[in-house]
Amino acid sequence: MSSTTVKKDLQIEIIESFQEANFGVAKELRVKAIANLERLGMPTGKQEEYRFTPIAKNLEKHFNWENSIAPSSITSIDEFLIPDLDANVLVFINGSFSKSHSKIVSPESQVKIKTLWDAFQSDKEIISAYFDKLVNSARDPFAAMNSIFWREGLFIHVPENTNVEKPILILHVNDARTSQVIAHTRLLVVVENNSAISIVEKFDSTGSQPVFHTYSEEFAIKENAQLAYYKIQNDQGSSYQVANTLIHQANRSVVNTFTLIFSGQLVRNNFGITIDGENCASHFYGLYALKGNTFADNHTVVDHKKPNSFSNELYKGIVDDNSKCVFNGKIFVRPYAQKTNAFQSNRNILISDAATVNTKPQLEIWADDVKCSHGCTTGQLDEEAVFYLQSRGISRTTAKAMLLYAFAAEVLEPIQNEKLRVYFDQLISERLHKDF
Amino acid sequence: MLTIKNLQAKVAEKQILNGIDLNVNAGEVHAIMGPNGSGKSTLASVLAGREDYEVTSGEIHFQGKNLLELSPEDRAREGIFMAFQYPIEIPGVSTINFMKTALNQIREHRGLPSLDAVSFLTLMKEKMKLVEIDQSLLSRALNQGFSGGEKKRNEIFQMAMLEPKLAILDETDSGLDIDALRIVANGVNKLRSKNNAIIVVTHYQRLLDHIVPDFVHVLYKGKIVKSGTKELALELEAKGYDWIKSEEAIA
Repeated sequence: MSSTTVKKDLQIEIIESFQEANFGVAKELRVKAIANLERLGMPTGKQEEYRFTPIAKNLEKHFNWENSIAPSSITSIDEFLIPDLDANVLVFINGSFSKSHSKIVSPESQVKIKTLWDAFQSDKEIISAYFDKLVNSARDPFAAMNSIFWREGLFIHVPENTNVEKPILILHVNDARTSQVIAHTRLLVVVENNSAISIVEKFDSTGSQPVFHTYSEEFAIKENAQLAYYKIQNDQGSSYQVANTLIHQANRSVVNTFTLIFSGQLVRNNFGITIDGENCASHFYGLYALKGNTFADNHTVVDHKKPNSFSNELYKGIVDDNSKCVFNGKIFVRPYAQKTNAFQSNRNILISDAATVNTKPQLEIWADDVKCSHGCTTGQLDEEAVFYLQSRGISRTTAKAMLLYAFAAEVLEPIQNEKLRVYFDQLISERLHKDF
Repeated sequence: MLTIKNLQAKVAEKQILNGIDLNVNAGEVHAIMGPNGSGKSTLASVLAGREDYEVTSGEIHFQGKNLLELSPEDRAREGIFMAFQYPIEIPGVSTINFMKTALNQIREHRGLPSLDAVSFLTLMKEKMKLVEIDQSLLSRALNQGFSGGEKKRNEIFQMAMLEPKLAILDETDSGLDIDALRIVANGVNKLRSKNNAIIVVTHYQRLLDHIVPDFVHVLYKGKIVKSGTKELALELEAKGYDWIKSEEAIA
C-alpha cells in the first residue's frame, strides 16, 4: 500500500478497537464522539487545519490499534521531575494514574485533586457543569478520539478565595521500551472566584517504540481568578502527541501560559483561550527550539467575546536540522468586544537550510474600537549582530549562542516561579550550547 | 604597528578601495578624512574583518601578523578595536554580560585566567568614569533604546574595557551634539598612550579639535590623495572637499 495517502477507513479501524465495557463513565459522550469521529475522519493534507501536519500518515505507519494497555516497568520517575520544584506531583504512566508515584502536599482546603473517575461519582454537579464543555469533539478528530477513548484523567478544583501555594506538576510518562503506547488522558480544572493556581504539565517517554498520546484539557477560570499554566514538551522518545487545551476566562481573570517544545517526533497543540469576561488579561507565550526531525505545530485561538480585555501572544521558534514548525494564530474579536487590546507575534529563526517554518496569523475583528496587532517574522540570525560581537573578541560560535539565547530568553520574562524559570533557563541554555 | 600596502577591496562586486598605503606606529593618531563614498568606512570595516568586504589585492600587517588571515574575533584578541558608526542594538544581552564574555575570551587567547566577578566589576567601574556612563545603562540590553550619544559612549566604554593596541573610530562624531562629542573625545584622549594607536575616520574637522591627530590623510575614490599634519584638516574645513576633487581631476 502506498504510504503517501492515508487509507480512508483509518478512523473505522480506530473506532473498532473501542470496547465499551472498558469505559465506565461518560458513556453518552463517548457514543456522540464516535459519531463525530466517523463523520470527521482522520485529517489529510487537504484539510486546512491539518494542512502541514502529517499526523494521520504517521499514525497509520507506526501504530496498530489493538485495544490493550501497554505494560510498564517504570520504578522511578525521578529523572522526569523538575529539580527543586516543591510541588504536588501527579503521575500518569502509559495513560494510567499512578497513585504510588504521586504525592499531594497541598491541603484539601486549598485544592481538591481527584481522578476524574472518582470525581464522576463524588462531584456529579460540577462535572456535569464543566466536563466536555470546552473541548469540541464535533470539530477536531483528536478531540473526538480522546472523548471516545480517555481512560483516566484528573479533576482539580480550587474553592473560592483560595491561593494554592504550591504548584501542581502533572507528569505524563510513557514506557515504550518493549511495545508501542497509545494513551488518551484528560484534565479538568475549575478555579473558583478570587482564587489562584499554577499548573505544570510535562510530557516524557522512555524507550524507542512509538507513543501516541492525546490530551484533552479544560480550564474554567472564574471571576478574578488566576491561572499560570506551563506545558513542557521535551519528550526524548518517539512520540506523537496531540493536545486540545481550552481555557475559559470570566470577568477580571488573569491567565498566563507558557508552552515549551524541544523534542518529540510530532507535537500538535490546539490551544484556545476564550475571553468571556471583561477586564481580563492573558499572556500566551511559547518557545520551540527544534532539531533532528521534530515536528511542532501550534494552532492557537484567542477569542475575545467581551469588551475591555487584553491579550498578548508571543511565540518564538528556533528551527534547526530537518525540523519543521507550524504556527497558526487566530484572534477573534467579537462585535460586542469593544476596547479590546489583542496582540500577537510569532518570530522564528532558521538555523539550517533544511528546516521549515509555516506561520499564519489570522485575525478576524468584528468590533470597531479595538487595538490589535500581529506580526510574523522568519529569518536567519542577524549577521551584523554576530559581527558586532565578534569584533569585540567573542568567537563566532559564542556570538551565535548569545544571540539565540537572548532571542529565546525573552519568553521567560513573565514567569514568576523562580525554580521554574531557572529550570527553563537551563533547558534553553543546554539546547543552545550557551557557554558564556 | 600597522602596515597597509596597496590595499584594494570590493563589496558586492563594486570596487571601493583602489590601492591604499598607510603606516601607523604606536603612539600616533591618524585621521582619515574624505567626502562621502570615498571609502573611509570600507577601510575601517576591512581592518575589523567584516565579511561582506572582499580584499582583491594588497596586504595588511598588524604587529608582524598577516591581518587578512585572521577572523574578526582573532583581530580583536590581537588588539584591534573598531568603534562602529552605527552600533548594533542587541535585545536580551546586557552590556555587562557582553563585556565579561568578550574580555574573558580575549584573556583566554592571551593565556590569562578569567577575571573573577569582583575584579571585573572594579575594572568596569573605573572605565565607566572615563566615559561618564552610568551603570544602569550598562545593565540594560546592549544599545537597545539608547540615544545616539549613549551608543557612542558605550563604544568608547568598550574600547576602554578592552584596551586595544589599535582603535579605529568610524565616524564616531556622527549624530553627536557638542556635549556628547566632548565626553566621547575626552574618553578617547584619556586612552591615548605611547603604546597604542588610533585611527579616526571622520567627515569633519570638529572631532579633530578634541582629538588632535598627528597625521591627516584624505581619501578620495578609494585612494589616499593627500597626507599631512593637523593643519591639513583645517585647510579642508576652510576649502571643502571640492578643492581635492578638482586637483584629482587635473592630475
